[in-house]
Amino acid sequence: MSSPSDIVPGAAPRADLPGRATASVAPTPTRPFFWSVRRELWENGSIWIAPLSAAGVILVGFLLALANLPGRVPSFGGRGGVRHALPPEAPYGIVAVVLLVTAIIVGVFYCLGALNAERRDRTILFWKSLPVSDLTTVAAKAFIPLVVLPIVAFVVAALTQGVILGLSAASAAASGSKLAALMTDVPFFSMLGVLAYTAAVVAIWYAPVWGWCLLVGAWARRVAFLWAVAPPLAICVIERIAFGSSFFAHLIGSRLNPPLAAFSAPAQGRMVIDLGVLDPVGFLTSPGLWLGLAAGAGFAAAAVWVRRYRDPI
Amino acid sequence: MACIEARGLRKTYGSAVALDGVDLKVEAGRILGLIGPNGAGKSTALKAILGLTPYQGELTVLGRHPWRERDQLMREVSFIADVAVLPRWMRVSQALDYVAGVHPRFDRAKAEAFLARTTIRRTSKVRELSKGMVVQLHLAIVMAIDARLLVLDEPTLGLDLLYRKQFYDNLLDDYFDGSRTIIVTTHQVEEVQHVLTDLMFIDRGRIVLSCSMEDFEARYLELTVRPDQLAAARALKPINERQAIGRCILLFDHAEREQLAALGEVRTPGIADLFVAVIGGRTQDLRGAA
Repeated sequence: MSSPSDIVPGAAPRADLPGRATASVAPTPTRPFFWSVRRELWENGSIWIAPLSAAGVILVGFLLALANLPGRVPSFGGRGGVRHALPPEAPYGIVAVVLLVTAIIVGVFYCLGALNAERRDRTILFWKSLPVSDLTTVAAKAFIPLVVLPIVAFVVAALTQGVILGLSAASAAASGSKLAALMTDVPFFSMLGVLAYTAAVVAIWYAPVWGWCLLVGAWARRVAFLWAVAPPLAICVIERIAFGSSFFAHLIGSRLNPPLAAFSAPAQGRMVIDLGVLDPVGFLTSPGLWLGLAAGAGFAAAAVWVRRYRDPI
Repeated sequence: MACIEARGLRKTYGSAVALDGVDLKVEAGRILGLIGPNGAGKSTALKAILGLTPYQGELTVLGRHPWRERDQLMREVSFIADVAVLPRWMRVSQALDYVAGVHPRFDRAKAEAFLARTTIRRTSKVRELSKGMVVQLHLAIVMAIDARLLVLDEPTLGLDLLYRKQFYDNLLDDYFDGSRTIIVTTHQVEEVQHVLTDLMFIDRGRIVLSCSMEDFEARYLELTVRPDQLAAARALKPINERQAIGRCILLFDHAEREQLAALGEVRTPGIADLFVAVIGGRTQDLRGAA
């Protein structure tokens, strides 16, 4: 206890005096969105640990293959001495695909947990005690799969591809092959361009998936993953039985696959290594993209609304 | 302008009535104890005040509608809802960084100064701190926020006596300055008796008692009656009677101190004893009627 003059319970307000409260400095500028994103990165190590782990696994595999086949650049096709004729760019494609799929999986589980875990551990009461709106919070959480994860996937994939290129070059040099041949076989920088483009396209294309998962996480008390999967599945089954059609199933299926409109026809179904087959105009003008973005925004708006009303679990 | 003003505040969960037409007014610069049994509606009332739940009736907090204007309101209102809500993964330094980054009225230096008086290290994660230290950390954050209203819902639950005492001492010494308003709910009523300026009992969604602590002291008297004066004391219509170590203790509302002093030892009752008399009496009435 301090001296009685210091605390006067029930004393008349003394805002006119230079008290502790009034002596405080003017409100400081804040960046709620920036700090909300940062706190997501603090809390969710999987955002960068999972891609790095995936890259590590690929590199271990590549190194073992390199050790196994000295002097020859492995193309991931070798098994029991029989080697399939895979193009030299195959390892790079595998890196890209694995990291993009990893980013999607991390994104789905991140979104399911983002508005669910805070209710489970009751920390929502702490977050809500600060002047950060529900809209800012949900926007920061949507920012992770839309922007952060594709960037992480691109950077990790590019670094991994760089390491593979370096190891291939070293291996080629050791066996006396020509380095130039390797560089013509592997169009490294155009592959990087394709990778960046694909990462961005997939992140935007998946907007309704991210929004749906955020909404389900905000709404569900338990087993958010089941709640996310069961209703779409139920609609597919009901449609099949009632109408004998599978429109909804195709809708979901086409959404979960990479957007065809983003690549010009010859590339579809094959590995893309040529910047010329990218079709950003076709992608940006495809109705599927905009319908998906609208659905994603709708789900996210619903998640904002649900978070306002939801109590801790 | 009153800090909080409610008229006919009502909240139902399905058929259960949590708040049944509450009228209340809390002036700025008060420290109000909101006391009630479990399920009385304390938490619901606080949630309505903090804009965490929609409600019926009229309610203004700092002149704002807490549900519709929650985002603006939270710049001027702080709360500690629970001792265990700080994120366990967070480092102490991260907690300070984050709050400094989102709260325009957070004074980081003040929080640092408060933490310097504890054994909490900046690099520790919340999960590594003891329960008492987590509360100290939360208090350090909240006290460094220049808020006009601070709401504390069972802030010392599960803490040992030393931490509890320190909590309220810190609150009074370092935070309360006569212009802020504090609302606290707790079951450890004896410990807040000297802290409060106002007292409110809530039971089954209704305010059953509301008075300032000066009124409380002027109005309620507790008499440890001499055995030979028991009949005379009972004739003065005590509101409650209890036995303690073979003595009979009577609680009076609006009695003359001199008159009681002739019958035994008079003192101001504890909030807990009044609580038992008021709320316990209501419960017994209900049971008797049933």
